[in-house]
Amino acid sequence: MKKTGAEILIECLNEQGVDTIFGYPGGTILNVYDALYKNEGKIQHVLTSHEQGAAHAADGYARSTGKVGVCFATSGPGATNLISGIATAYMDSSPVVFISCNVAENLIGKDSFQEVDTTGITSPITKCNFLISDVNKLADTVREAFAIARSGRPGPVLIDMLKNVTAEKAEYKFLPVEKHAQSGKLADLLKRASHDLKAPEVDQSDIDKLVDMIKDSERPFIICGGGVVRSRADKEFKTFAEKVDGPVAITVMGAGGIPGRHPLATGMIGMHGTQASNIAADQCDLLISVGCRFSDRVALNPASFAKNAKIVHIDIDRSEINKNVETDHHIIGDAKKVLQLVNKGLRKQSHQEWKDHVFTYPIETVYDEDDSKLTPKQVLSTIAKLAPQDTIVSTDVGQHQMWAIQHFHFDYPGQLLTSGGFGTMGFGLGAAIGAKVSHPDKTVVHITGDGSFRMNCNELATEEHYKLPIITVIFDNKTLGMVRQWQTLIYDKRYAETDLHRGPDFVKLAEAYGLKGKRVTNVKELKAVLKQALKGDVGYVIDCVIDTDEMVRPMVSGGSHITNFLAI
Amino acid sequence: MSENKLQTLAVLVENEAGVLSQISRLFSRKGYNIESLAVGTTHDPTISRITIEVNADDDRAELLCNQLRKMIPVYSVKLLSHNNSIRRELVLIKVKAEDTIVRNEVLQIAGVFRASVIDVSVDTLTIAVIGEEEKVNAIFDLLKQHGILEMVRTGVIAIERGARMITEETKEKDEFDFGKSVI
Repeated sequence: MKKTGAEILIECLNEQGVDTIFGYPGGTILNVYDALYKNEGKIQHVLTSHEQGAAHAADGYARSTGKVGVCFATSGPGATNLISGIATAYMDSSPVVFISCNVAENLIGKDSFQEVDTTGITSPITKCNFLISDVNKLADTVREAFAIARSGRPGPVLIDMLKNVTAEKAEYKFLPVEKHAQSGKLADLLKRASHDLKAPEVDQSDIDKLVDMIKDSERPFIICGGGVVRSRADKEFKTFAEKVDGPVAITVMGAGGIPGRHPLATGMIGMHGTQASNIAADQCDLLISVGCRFSDRVALNPASFAKNAKIVHIDIDRSEINKNVETDHHIIGDAKKVLQLVNKGLRKQSHQEWKDHVFTYPIETVYDEDDSKLTPKQVLSTIAKLAPQDTIVSTDVGQHQMWAIQHFHFDYPGQLLTSGGFGTMGFGLGAAIGAKVSHPDKTVVHITGDGSFRMNCNELATEEHYKLPIITVIFDNKTLGMVRQWQTLIYDKRYAETDLHRGPDFVKLAEAYGLKGKRVTNVKELKAVLKQALKGDVGYVIDCVIDTDEMVRPMVSGGSHITNFLAI
Repeated sequence: MSENKLQTLAVLVENEAGVLSQISRLFSRKGYNIESLAVGTTHDPTISRITIEVNADDDRAELLCNQLRKMIPVYSVKLLSHNNSIRRELVLIKVKAEDTIVRNEVLQIAGVFRASVIDVSVDTLTIAVIGEEEKVNAIFDLLKQHGILEMVRTGVIAIERGARMITEETKEKDEFDFGKSVI
């Protein structure tokens, strides 16, 4: 049957089972929105306040559900407003398909109104992108885009359609997802030697070698990275860790890969890693990393990282091996499948002495606490205590993000939504919206700082309009806390442009958006407000006043040795 | 870590608009300056072959190959060892040759290097020479004294000796394919 490009696009989204789109309309994408309108609401569209919010929401949707997120934007500024969102998804390997439209073919290259080279701009921050100028290629390309976004190491894919393509007609035939690999461009892609759809077999000799290395090790140590979360390999990982019987650290992206209170868990590793994690990494004789790319925030100094250990790197992406840290052995494959195979070959080991040694070091930072003021840890443990156990937490970026990972103790993949790789301030509220839309029955808490919140607080309008009772908890220290912390420790207390004693009043702001706002200064007040907020009738903004000089501890400065603590 | 040397990468890609810029952008993004670049279609018109030369150590070169393999429009990538491959470049040099003595000398040099004279005018001679950089540099040094007016090089292209081919299977590639398998 002949359909317009816009209709074909919507049909292709139906093929994929897309239930929600986050986006913002505009001139060039009008036909697509018209087709969506005529689709009679089979797909829910969430209109955000800004395209960046839509991008983060689609990303939050993808991270919390494990499905592919979808985001729409118009040409020019619509597309460029997505950029931070696309880069965020790319750095954290989150599967999102971004669909933008561009000016019509007769206007391309003429600096027309709202024209920009979207595929050119997004090429370094997408797994792959497509410019569609022929409506006959549209359906194939959309199918390919979804397949690429979710396959292998997931990531964002962008499709840019010329406006005339959305109006032109082509033959469309429904094709179920299972058959996509046998048709059109995708089939061609898979036919190529480099892209064979091979049985995803992990090299058994690689597995055997790892099993032998584990048997020979006296001080094994495991890092749980984002790969465990992305492949939802938490069960396999837990079994693996228990069989190896060594301490387990998480990276920011790996939070939720192992239950936060598991007896083997030593907390986060790296720049703000716990003493137990960082010292274990330094003293172990075998370091096994699962789905972690040894970023500069984890390995800090790649030359001295785990220098006493043999390093084993398990990753789905071949190009990560030996990129940041030289490794002794590697296994390429999906974390879930690799761990299943290792678990099969591995007998339970016992390393009591080594564990006892590691756990003499703290796995959580201790703060001076009294009832007169709020400490970050108090805020987080109060939320953890009162909120349901499966609460989804999104964060922005800065001190509050590190505190959340240190003190909240995440239990399952997709429970924490945070911008780990790109460090995008303003990510949290959009991500919380994506999570709440896809998990209406779960409590969603958005943890933020006053700096981050100011960036994209416009999305409170979205939260209110769609009746998404998200609880925003602001760690309000009237400063850009993380930057200030560096200025305190490294820049001799020269606080250049980090003071935030300025508006708005977040309580009044929440009320202006039709939500509830409350300011709290101690645990008692926080508990009372949280109990109200957790009823889930309406979105809440809880402004927690904390000390300006509160720091994230421990801290190791960038590039130095992992146990070289600047503050503990 | 081994030392930096000139690495020759052969890359098969989709013959589509924008692919070359994606490939070259990868090199700049990873901090490498492309020393030489040559592109053209292969016996299959839908596939282009790019030969890229960069200065890098062996480990980094292998990483670059893996980064390239990750790109969807890339069919295959191979690092060509200089011992096992033939590298050639075509260079056109326009030399000032106003009097007979100079003209004869230039023609002699061209003869020694088996270069061909492809254009003659009253004042100039244009010479085409094919070879590796040693040969090109040598003829360049000799012609320099007469005044080189213009010079243009195609960039190095390379192919492996014997039956070896770019599409050969390697462990790295097998591992890579797994990470990339679609659906």
